[in-house]
Amino acid sequence: MTFRRTPLLFDHQHLLGIEALTKKDIGTILDTAESFTEISKREVKKVPTLRGKTIINLFFEPSTRTRSSFEMAAKRLSADIINFNRQFSSVVKGESLKDTVLNLEAMQSDAIIIRHACPGVPHYISTFCRSHIINAGDGAHEHPTQALLDAFTIRQQKKNMADLKILIVGDILHSRVARSNILLLNKMGAEVVCVGPPALLPEEFTRLDIAFDHDLDRAIRGADVVMMLRIQSERQQKNMFPSLREYRNIYSLTQKRFRRAKRNAIIMHPGPLNRGVEISADLADSTKSVILRQVENGVAVRMAVLYLLLGGKEREITD
Amino acid sequence: MEEKIKAKVMDARRIKRALHRMVTEIVERNRDLNSLVIVGIRTRGIYLGKRVSQMITEMEDIKIPVGVLDITLYRDDFSELEAQHMVKKTEIDFSVGEKDVLLFDDVLFTGRTIRAAMDSLFDLGRPKSIQLFILIDRGHRELPIRADYVGKFLPTSKREIVQVHLKEIDETDEVLITEPIDDL
Repeated sequence: MTFRRTPLLFDHQHLLGIEALTKKDIGTILDTAESFTEISKREVKKVPTLRGKTIINLFFEPSTRTRSSFEMAAKRLSADIINFNRQFSSVVKGESLKDTVLNLEAMQSDAIIIRHACPGVPHYISTFCRSHIINAGDGAHEHPTQALLDAFTIRQQKKNMADLKILIVGDILHSRVARSNILLLNKMGAEVVCVGPPALLPEEFTRLDIAFDHDLDRAIRGADVVMMLRIQSERQQKNMFPSLREYRNIYSLTQKRFRRAKRNAIIMHPGPLNRGVEISADLADSTKSVILRQVENGVAVRMAVLYLLLGGKEREITD
Repeated sequence: MEEKIKAKVMDARRIKRALHRMVTEIVERNRDLNSLVIVGIRTRGIYLGKRVSQMITEMEDIKIPVGVLDITLYRDDFSELEAQHMVKKTEIDFSVGEKDVLLFDDVLFTGRTIRAAMDSLFDLGRPKSIQLFILIDRGHRELPIRADYVGKFLPTSKREIVQVHLKEIDETDEVLITEPIDDL
């Protein structure tokens, strides 16, 4: 095998959001993830690539999937990973975010994966950190690895993303998953339609080439992918729709509604699932649902992100 | 980086002859061909492996499975390289455990690729033995590694580049020595 020097595959120091990525960057991450899927199916699910690297999982908000997915991805690449638990940390004694991060980084971390309720926190940390920063969800802003694993799952099921009609249904306003997905799918050229109650559809997206609809029954016709979102009660200051029951009547994905989509359409959900609210339980478990496939792909996609950020040449940071 | 061709050291006929001789050596040395499997290192090791598998079939009427190994994740020079390498898939759909593995690569140079390939193989199982098949041994080893089957020993300077072209991906079968041109 002869190696030649080529330009950097992925020329980013951090992964703060989909916004900063080009279509080519996204392609590189998804192609790399494709190669990583095989490792998780081996008997020895581990490669030595990131041996000696230290990664910190800094989660200020609860998480099941993202945190364990990142942890598994890091371990399959042989990196050491530390899980920071807000409840048992000095944050409860009043230590600031900046001090917390600086102290953890003083232990020579190479990457920090951060989830925080405030939008922009990953970006803020990247201004004073040496480590690679990966955004694992910042408020209602972005959740880039979720959008990447969704794109990976769509690519696995459907051929050309640019030919697809993709519905994102529910609480778009409070959803960082929706925001990252809209940005990504838009870059890849898919037709995106956001569906939900008017109060939960953000106006800022009107500058992007996406459609809005308040009528799920109308919008779902001809859809290739239906992505359901959870109502984020924890982020809603005031009630943005009359009642959960009314919401369910109009926006819940049921067998009857789903039959209007294309015959080979797939159902996605970033989790956590509220069965019987945004999606009926039988649909969530049906063969049309790729929800658990999304979770499975999450590990490969996060391995790809860690590899592309940490596996290359170490560069000096200049101000 | 511009490079100029210094010499063509093998053409299609010479490569074919070398492969024939090496196939005979493989068959002679491995009494039990049933436990033999071929693993090609991306990219050109795969094509050499496939050709040899085909030639063994013609000679001995036995099918030798061929797998593909991508060693990018096992490389020891991540932080030295300026460029990252695209990780490609390892595709070995048979078990290497208790098998005589024939490892294929086009050029043997420092030996680091082979070290990485062996580490990678051990993560997939415990081979009974590993033998190394190389088209060109160009010297300059940095590790205690040698090939079991060698197409041609080719003394080179470190500055030179050995390029193996195979018709499956490069249109023609040939081995070239090239040298980078300094842009002064």
